[in-house]
Amino acid sequence: MISLYGKVTHIGGALLGRAPIALTTDSTLPQALANKFALVSDSINIPTAYQAVFRKKVSPKSGITEYLLPEELFHLGKGDFISINPENQFTRVLYRGASNQNSILLTERCNHYCLMCSQPPRNVEDDWILEETMQLIRMLPMSTPELGFTGGEPTLYGQGFIDLMHHTKAYLPHSSIHILSNGRSFADMDFTRAYAEVDHKDMMLGIPIYSDDPVRHDYVVQSRGAFDETIRGILNLKSLGQKVEIRVVLHKQTIGRLVALCEFLARNLLFVDHVALMGLEMTGFTRANIDKLWIDPYEYRDTLSTATLLLKSYGMNVSIYNHQRCLINDDVLFANRKSISDWKNEFVHECNGCSKLSECGGFFTSGMLHKYSPNIRPFA
Amino acid sequence: MTKFQVIDFYSQKKQKGYQLLPFKFSELDSDRYLLTNLAGEYITLKKEVMQPFVLHQLNEDSEDYINLRSRQFLHDEHNPIASDLLSLKLRTRFSSLPQFTSLHIFVVSLRCEHSCPYCQVSRQSEDKGSFDMTEEIAEKALQLVFKSPSPMIKIEFQGGEPLLNFEMIKYVVKKALQINQTEKRSLDFVIATNLALIDHEILVFCKDHGIHISTSLDGPEDLHNKNRPRPGKNSYQKTLEGIYLSREILGRDSVSALMTTTESSLGRVKEIIDEYLALDFGGIFLRHLSPYGFAIKTKSYLAYSTDRWLDFYKEGLEYIIELNKKGIDFREYHACTVLTKMLTSNNPGFVDLMSPSGMGIAAVVYNYDGTVHPSDESRMLAEMGDNTFKLGNVFDNTYEEIFSSDALLTPLEESFALSAPMCSDCAYEPYCGSEPVYHHGIHKDFLGRKPSSDFCHRNMTIFKYLITRMEADPYIKNLFLSWANHS
Repeated sequence: MISLYGKVTHIGGALLGRAPIALTTDSTLPQALANKFALVSDSINIPTAYQAVFRKKVSPKSGITEYLLPEELFHLGKGDFISINPENQFTRVLYRGASNQNSILLTERCNHYCLMCSQPPRNVEDDWILEETMQLIRMLPMSTPELGFTGGEPTLYGQGFIDLMHHTKAYLPHSSIHILSNGRSFADMDFTRAYAEVDHKDMMLGIPIYSDDPVRHDYVVQSRGAFDETIRGILNLKSLGQKVEIRVVLHKQTIGRLVALCEFLARNLLFVDHVALMGLEMTGFTRANIDKLWIDPYEYRDTLSTATLLLKSYGMNVSIYNHQRCLINDDVLFANRKSISDWKNEFVHECNGCSKLSECGGFFTSGMLHKYSPNIRPFA
Repeated sequence: MTKFQVIDFYSQKKQKGYQLLPFKFSELDSDRYLLTNLAGEYITLKKEVMQPFVLHQLNEDSEDYINLRSRQFLHDEHNPIASDLLSLKLRTRFSSLPQFTSLHIFVVSLRCEHSCPYCQVSRQSEDKGSFDMTEEIAEKALQLVFKSPSPMIKIEFQGGEPLLNFEMIKYVVKKALQINQTEKRSLDFVIATNLALIDHEILVFCKDHGIHISTSLDGPEDLHNKNRPRPGKNSYQKTLEGIYLSREILGRDSVSALMTTTESSLGRVKEIIDEYLALDFGGIFLRHLSPYGFAIKTKSYLAYSTDRWLDFYKEGLEYIIELNKKGIDFREYHACTVLTKMLTSNNPGFVDLMSPSGMGIAAVVYNYDGTVHPSDESRMLAEMGDNTFKLGNVFDNTYEEIFSSDALLTPLEESFALSAPMCSDCAYEPYCGSEPVYHHGIHKDFLGRKPSSDFCHRNMTIFKYLITRMEADPYIKNLFLSWANHS
């Protein structure tokens, strides 16, 4: 597992500010470009045009701003972006050049309080993240294939969120943009119109619906009236031709009506662009609510097949995320995706000798540590 | 974690109770009612649940309540969105109505070299040229075709045997393509032919102009030849040769076949299906006879009852389901049409099961003699001397006169199932259609008398049967879902 946090040690030169820092390992950049980057290098000769140099080991002084990386951040290199808190040198990885699944958390605030939230919301003043993200987006290469925005609930910024999307369209017009939202803000048609006016050609909202039963959906997200606003939001978005993905997390509270939910989607929201049926991540609130949520995927595999095939029959675009190959039936392999972020994906000892690891979604590290199906078995 | 609320917290409401949304119900079997909502979605309810439901006494935490709310049979404080979703689906179901007529049938000749006793169009013997469409008539008819606002136009050549007047088919196709250079509609052609006269030259013309072939195949050789006599007693052989040659030149997708059930067919549904299987067709349309033309004169129509045909249909459908269980992908097209209406909001565009009726507004017939009819059945009736539905004549009437004539609007309005007695509160109405021509023919009334209507009996039986089967068997539900979405 790759760490996205750590604490660097300031060795010399002026402290860098809080703004995003672009990293490179290329010490031969022309001066015009070099001053836009910090260099990751243990070389003796460091050109002074770079903003700073990051060392993995103590080296002769370079004469420019210099930091020592902690071991967990040794993976940093070309194409990566970080931010350092100048007060305590606490360092966050904002963007990894080697990954095609970069996601930016825009806020920790949320108007939901989902039983299985992997990123438990906090009511904190974190508007500075929006400004930092604006800066980062200006720095990212135009060739960036994909960029995700997540939270919290990103649309709580209101106009700030719309501004960020315009900004993204201006600087990353060719990237695939994916936004995780609970969709409720789009129940307001004026807000939806403002979003549609961004008109990025490849911008999709991932919106969760956990049940066709409004009471059950409201319960899972712990917010009254959520279902109605979310459905309204989706109708508004689709009426303006916006791309929408429905995301369903599968657990004990949602599996009972999963087929009914899929029928509801097929009859009422046939026009959504994608449906993702997702395994539970053993992190955040899930661990606190494990008794209410845990069900062995092996037990629900037939339900998952029925639901997936139903959506397929209706011509809907369906994917299964976060499931291990040995826990799903062969009839839904067409929908199975290796979806777990590269920095989270690993295997357990039961997988030793399995011949189908390359087809497998693998595990969240959190799942390996805390809970996974007792029915994991290697394929011969 | 006391911060999390239990589910009962979210089921609490400020306002008590629930409202019913528009729905209809009929008995499905001795234990259950079938309920359908405005959008044609159904739900089955145990009979003892019905009364508490309509009396607003249903327990709000019960499975039935949750299902009824999810499918928009009731709404409460938790799903005010229900009426928006229902109206969206209702709009979708009727969204093809404003496009108006897309199927334009040209009867280019009433002559035929077959002499089928069940012929429903009252064909004429071969040598009478006065039963052929002329260039003047065709030209006038084409002007009317392109007055239709429909972005999709399908011109179907019928007879008699249309290939007896192939010159006229060529004329119409070339002329239509010429007009379409400026009209830019999606334009398709199909020839309904017994294939006895098909040859390489005709098929090359079809290929060059994107024309499809629809033919008749009643089953195994002895049955087909008995149903469809022609000089030489070789209709079956001619049809098969024609199918092979057509596939060779036009491609497999461009040839389809229809069967008609006669009394001789009744015990032989598996053999008939096997014939279609052996010929590599992806499905079959099990069709009953209609009470028109020679089918009445020769008493073919009365030779079997609706119930005997239904037994034939069910036996065939069960056999097809078994085939699919063995991994053989094969469909029954009538079921596909009905299932599309049951399981989706799409309109399958089948003129016999539309309400408002498809007459005139989905299909129109330009007869060999220049008369215009709102459906194939109506011109069949006209050949029997009943001109009730005749809309006019290509020479004397304008498009506006034809499509706003009382002969069209009155039967459309009077037969509209949503406002027809007995239909308006029948649970199966969203799946059914109105057949003013049929009911006029049998009952002398556009609406018909539903309790004694074979149309009603036949369709209701099939609807019930399809629902009962898919509710009882998950395999069939899944199979029917795929039929519904790819019919």
